[in-house]
Amino acid sequence: MSTAEWAEAAVADHAGSGEHVIGSEHRGREQQVLDRIDKARRRKARVREERITLAHGAGGKATHTLIEAVFLDAFRNPLLERMEDQAVFTLDGGVNGAGARMAFTTDSYVVSPLFFPGGDIGELAVNGTVNDLAMSGARPLHLSAGFILEEGFPVADLQRIVASMAAAATAAGVDIVTGDTKVVERGKADGCFINTAGVGVLERDITLGADRVRPGDVVLVSGPIGDHGVTIMLARGELDISSDITSDTAPLAGLVDTLLSATDGVRCLRDATRGGVATILNEVAVASDVAVVVNEAAVPMRTEVRGASEILGIDPLYVACEGRMIAIVDGAQADAALAALRSHPLGADAAIIGEVKADPPTLVLLRTEFGGTRIVDMLIGDPLPRIC
Amino acid sequence: MRFVDEFRDAAKARALAAQITSLCEPGRQYKFMEVCGGHTHTIYKHGLEDYLPESITLVHGPGCPVCVIPMGRVDDAIHIAEQPDVILTTFGDMMRVPGGRGSFLDSKAAGTDIRMVYSPLDSLKIARQNPDKRVVFMAIGFETTAPSTAMTVLRAAAEGIENFSIFCSHVTIIPAIKAILNSPDLRLDGFVGPGHVSTVIGCRPYDFIAREYGKPLVCAGFEPLDILQSVYQLMIQLSEGRSEVENQYSRVVPWNGNPRALKVIGEVMELRPYFEWRGLGFISHSALKVRDAYASFDAEVIFEVPGVRVADPKACQCGEVLKGVLKPWECKVFGTACTPETPIGTCMVSSEGACAAYYNFGRFSRDRVREATSIEITPVPVAGR
Repeated sequence: MSTAEWAEAAVADHAGSGEHVIGSEHRGREQQVLDRIDKARRRKARVREERITLAHGAGGKATHTLIEAVFLDAFRNPLLERMEDQAVFTLDGGVNGAGARMAFTTDSYVVSPLFFPGGDIGELAVNGTVNDLAMSGARPLHLSAGFILEEGFPVADLQRIVASMAAAATAAGVDIVTGDTKVVERGKADGCFINTAGVGVLERDITLGADRVRPGDVVLVSGPIGDHGVTIMLARGELDISSDITSDTAPLAGLVDTLLSATDGVRCLRDATRGGVATILNEVAVASDVAVVVNEAAVPMRTEVRGASEILGIDPLYVACEGRMIAIVDGAQADAALAALRSHPLGADAAIIGEVKADPPTLVLLRTEFGGTRIVDMLIGDPLPRIC
Repeated sequence: MRFVDEFRDAAKARALAAQITSLCEPGRQYKFMEVCGGHTHTIYKHGLEDYLPESITLVHGPGCPVCVIPMGRVDDAIHIAEQPDVILTTFGDMMRVPGGRGSFLDSKAAGTDIRMVYSPLDSLKIARQNPDKRVVFMAIGFETTAPSTAMTVLRAAAEGIENFSIFCSHVTIIPAIKAILNSPDLRLDGFVGPGHVSTVIGCRPYDFIAREYGKPLVCAGFEPLDILQSVYQLMIQLSEGRSEVENQYSRVVPWNGNPRALKVIGEVMELRPYFEWRGLGFISHSALKVRDAYASFDAEVIFEVPGVRVADPKACQCGEVLKGVLKPWECKVFGTACTPETPIGTCMVSSEGACAAYYNFGRFSRDRVREATSIEITPVPVAGR
């Protein structure tokens, strides 16, 4: 389909959604347009592209569209429909009768380069899956590891990656209990790709989720944002910028346990990986039909990350972290939650960065350091492929 | 962070805003055009309009290099990318611009080798590393980026690199401003002048705007306080009945520009008789082509470029938006059929495009969020901040 044909179809698709507003400076007219856009955004997602592009893997808008329009449509079931980082389900019919609540998740790792300051693909593959389990409040138990290796890949590199996976598993208190290896011809993969899946058990009677957030809640972040993404970007050596910054990859189950022991007001936990803090907050705003308001000056960020972002023209709110989480907590328990996070070494620089409001629903607003207001939308396109 | 924080100081902004407001004549409406897409981006990214009184409207201009590229030019570039052994390189902003047959991103997914670079020199590096390939750089931008393209051609010539060429789509700013000034639809009170272009061409070329059209112009920097100060200088000029060219961005822009950069452009490139601008149509002497002396680096000579002309989709009102006649949200497909993820028009693609800036940053009702954003969260000192 040519762009022109597509454009005609898209316009027809939205026909009747509003007549043309001409030249009026009146605020009310602008509001009508905004309402129309809001309606359009709530429509069912459709994949327009005929082929997969890198944007489909970026964790932003295109990824969501692909998941909803392709995977969710085909696999639809109540567990998947919650669209959390993990599925939580109860085991019935066990020998002892009592049903355990389990968390189950999987993630694939294709980071380039495989080794970077502060970590490598192996450590990432363990921590990423551990964190996806931990965000449900589960204690991670067992992991699987699947390797896709390219013909010619150095065995020494593989040994290094595996040793680092073993160390990361020990640190996170999980075992790698099953696995798989495939080798593909040279050129059919880039060195080493890893998939891990994990199971964990929920020992607390809690349900966390992006759909459980209410006006009056506060938004916390467990530490400075953007370290991992900027580290990877600089590690590729395509930009002549150097810095001492290292990846923040870390297992967060201990930090989550500390937080959940200190307060029962936690509504939602998410690790801020692909798409960064901005994408998570957008997911929350949509799932809970609330506004999330962030104070830019309160968002912890290292000077190196800020500087690199300024130079490269990227917004650090979209840059991935691998050892930071967003916690949304009942406003009445904000201080307790902040104190709990800060009592843990991985949360020493935690901060309250925003609040949840009722209006305008589904939007993330940023109070800029300059003193103005803007929205923070879902990530469009892909500033940086293959960061995890 | 030095050179950034001092230009984003909220207290200084409040003080400037109060002075701007005090200069407004009661009952009078003011319309200033920020020519440059970089300014549009800054205005929305920092929420600068929160500081301006309702009687001052900022109108977005044509100075977004990606936005003015017509669809046919994208198709021509894709045609080049489809030739055997070609690696097409360009700036990241171009990747999602829709042509008549889809964008570079679509073409790449279908099998062409199109790569994003940060500088034309990166493209030359790719040419050096791939001697068996033909590496083409799609060069876009105003006078701001033309010198680096020209320098790259000179370097390729000096090093005798034969597998490198440019698909020159550079445009010049003055004809675009003239087209705006001659447009009957628009009544402007002054210009926030393009800062980066002026680092190359200086402030003199804008003289005719002040003299012949009687409009003040202030060359502005790209931090939010720069823009606010430029609006203040425009208001002072109006209140004193002056129309002059002033330079707010003197820490970067020399009054006479950068003669060396101009010389390099002049050596490698010359004005085209005419060039098609998206939404504005054909404008004479408004773009640059490679001089015959460097024809071996000119992709338009090396490849048979079809010179495709594609009419914009009927629904697209990019032209009106580029001329400042329509606010982005006044376009009839804005935000519904045309969004950043599925753009119909170029203004919705680039981060400097007015529609993308408004959609991504400004898509809310100021009245409605006033309550929501009146939060006071005390920032905490954090590592390195």
